[in-house]
Amino acid sequence: MARTDMIARLHQDILRMQGQQPVADSSAGKVALGPVLDAFPDKVFPTGAIHECISPTPSAAAATSGFIAGILGSLMKNGGACVWISREKIIFPPGLKSFGIEPDRVLFIHLRKEKDICWAMEAALQAEGLAGVVSELPNLDFTVSRRLQLAVEKSGVTGFVLRHQLRQLHPTACVGRWQIASGASYHPDGMSGVGFPCWNVELQKIRGGRPGSWRLVWMDGCFHELPAASVISSQTVFRKIG
Amino acid sequence: MRRFMAIWFPHLLAEGMIRRRHELKDTVFVLAAPDRGRMCITAVSVAAQAQGIYVGMAVADGRALASGLQVLDHEPGMGQKLLIALGYWCIHYTPVAAVDLPDGLLLDVSGCAHLWGGEIKYAEDIQNRLKGLGYTVHIAIAGTIGAAWALARYQRQAIVLAASGEEKKALSPLPPAALRLETTVVERLQKLGLYTIGHFINMQRSALRRRFGAVLIDRMDQALGWKEEPLIPLQPIEPYRERLSCLEPIITRSGIEIALKQLLHTLCERLIKGDKGLRKAVFKAYRIDGEIRQIEIGTHLPSQQPAHLFKLFELKINQIEPASGIEQFVLEAPVVEKAMHDPGMLWHNHTLNDGRLAELLDRLTGKLGKGIVHRYLPAEHFWPERSVKEAQELHEQPATVWASDRPRPVRLLPAPEPVEVTAPIPDYPPMNFCHKGILHIIKKADGPERIEREWWIDQGMHRDYYVVEDEKGERFWLFRLGHYTGDQPCRWYLHGFFV
Repeated sequence: MARTDMIARLHQDILRMQGQQPVADSSAGKVALGPVLDAFPDKVFPTGAIHECISPTPSAAAATSGFIAGILGSLMKNGGACVWISREKIIFPPGLKSFGIEPDRVLFIHLRKEKDICWAMEAALQAEGLAGVVSELPNLDFTVSRRLQLAVEKSGVTGFVLRHQLRQLHPTACVGRWQIASGASYHPDGMSGVGFPCWNVELQKIRGGRPGSWRLVWMDGCFHELPAASVISSQTVFRKIG
Repeated sequence: MRRFMAIWFPHLLAEGMIRRRHELKDTVFVLAAPDRGRMCITAVSVAAQAQGIYVGMAVADGRALASGLQVLDHEPGMGQKLLIALGYWCIHYTPVAAVDLPDGLLLDVSGCAHLWGGEIKYAEDIQNRLKGLGYTVHIAIAGTIGAAWALARYQRQAIVLAASGEEKKALSPLPPAALRLETTVVERLQKLGLYTIGHFINMQRSALRRRFGAVLIDRMDQALGWKEEPLIPLQPIEPYRERLSCLEPIITRSGIEIALKQLLHTLCERLIKGDKGLRKAVFKAYRIDGEIRQIEIGTHLPSQQPAHLFKLFELKINQIEPASGIEQFVLEAPVVEKAMHDPGMLWHNHTLNDGRLAELLDRLTGKLGKGIVHRYLPAEHFWPERSVKEAQELHEQPATVWASDRPRPVRLLPAPEPVEVTAPIPDYPPMNFCHKGILHIIKKADGPERIEREWWIDQGMHRDYYVVEDEKGERFWLFRLGHYTGDQPCRWYLHGFFV
């Protein structure tokens, strides 16, 4: 027993040396990610870190945006603000509302050049008190990711880099690497029509945690694990309602 | 006690021309413009004047006097352009500089001269500097605009100083034209043997008014300081403006930074005292060669933090080229608003306050350009493109709540993209659709949600939106434009992506 405690403490120390601050015990910082939480050190979603999300296809981009919106929604619970940096106006603010985000608290920044996006993201990550910073940056190299990670270690802001249609996958200094794809929607009662949105979430890398993959569903304003049975039942034939 | 300076440029156009084309120096040249069918001389160089050529002469007559006379075209408006540039240059001697067409400048120098060690040194400095630029000038300082104007032009001395209250004495020996009168009035005075101002200044005012009109009385009163004369400054004076003159010209970045810090410090102290914050600031550098370089910053919330403002300026200091040196810095705050003491009105949060957020936005817009930060508020429209509007201010609150009763995609295409579909029967969602060469087979669908175009805003067909999910579990927002008619295929579009 004493041994496991010691190992746990050593894990903590290593994480702190790697720049990962322990997450404060406030409810605002906690993200209800359902079963995914088991993968994280201390079973708490690591805030104050950079997460990269890779989405190889254009339609996966929407799934990733929604998943990030779900996480941001809980980060912004106490009336925080977040910054979303992208190349063009593509996010539709009313669509964020269902993920618990007040869309008028999101500051959208549109920049054409990748270099500018990097600069803006670093500047935003240095602003203490922001709930989160999201940027759509397909090509993230190690140096940039290191700079971003250093910025958040000081300020404690959580950063998400959405890498849509990336060209190459280099090693980066990010704390977590996610790959998110959309899955067939789920209706608990097996009703026809489009149900609650689902994701196939793959956590490919997590500092101090255990990677894994899950099937999640967004229901009643938070993430749940998809019941195993529904995976088969969702493959129903085409039906029209409306 | 108010003091005014009049600067007269007797050879403004000729010297301006030499400054532009250096090879003209010491040559006999004139500027000429067509006048009633012949070329008339409008400006003469010093060398040409020495040969007896004067303004108003016909070019042909001038050629007869001087064989190698060069005739250049007179550009209309050149004098005014030169004077405006010179007026801006003078702003580092006094904040109030005005152009006095056709060939002079008027400066309000009240309280400025002591910085140069007295009026005589002040005037000498201006004269020497203008001489360095190539201009001959006559300068007069007096208690009124009228007296300074008269003394500069008619005293035949390079620098004239007249104590306030002694204008009458100073003006007495001068000819009546020194009062800025019309030619007819001057001629009439001449005819009556009134050759100097002293001859008539003590005459009965009613008699003067009757014979020469009210203008003479007005001009006399203005010259003697009995009547106020307005001066229209080239640049309106900013209430929040700080200046810093340098002993030695500054050419290094660190020098500019020190000057900027000092100016920001004093300006912010003043702002704090006045309970104000600046929204826009301009930092100007006056160079030795007469050029002015300036950089500008804007803030999202009224700011009075020197450190933050310095950070914003720091991104742009590179744009100032010191060239041979900067002799004076000026910091202005053209837009000032009441300071906000209640940060966190909108973004109220235990960790984040408005000040810090505004500072971040200032840095972003300062570096990357205006118009990159957008914030959206709900608008009362169902039409997707019109359902959001951009917030103008950081503090603007939503007028209505965000509607969440209908499904809306997370990503919306800037413009709907046409897709090819197979739809079984009217009002049914399609069975499959093809977008960018990829076939999506639809497994589940919801809809239709009909959204009408608002006829009072624009004309066109309504849209019937469907939420569809394909075999891979990806969800899309499709719509059919208009009614299903049967005789021609319906047009379908992809408009967004759901989670």
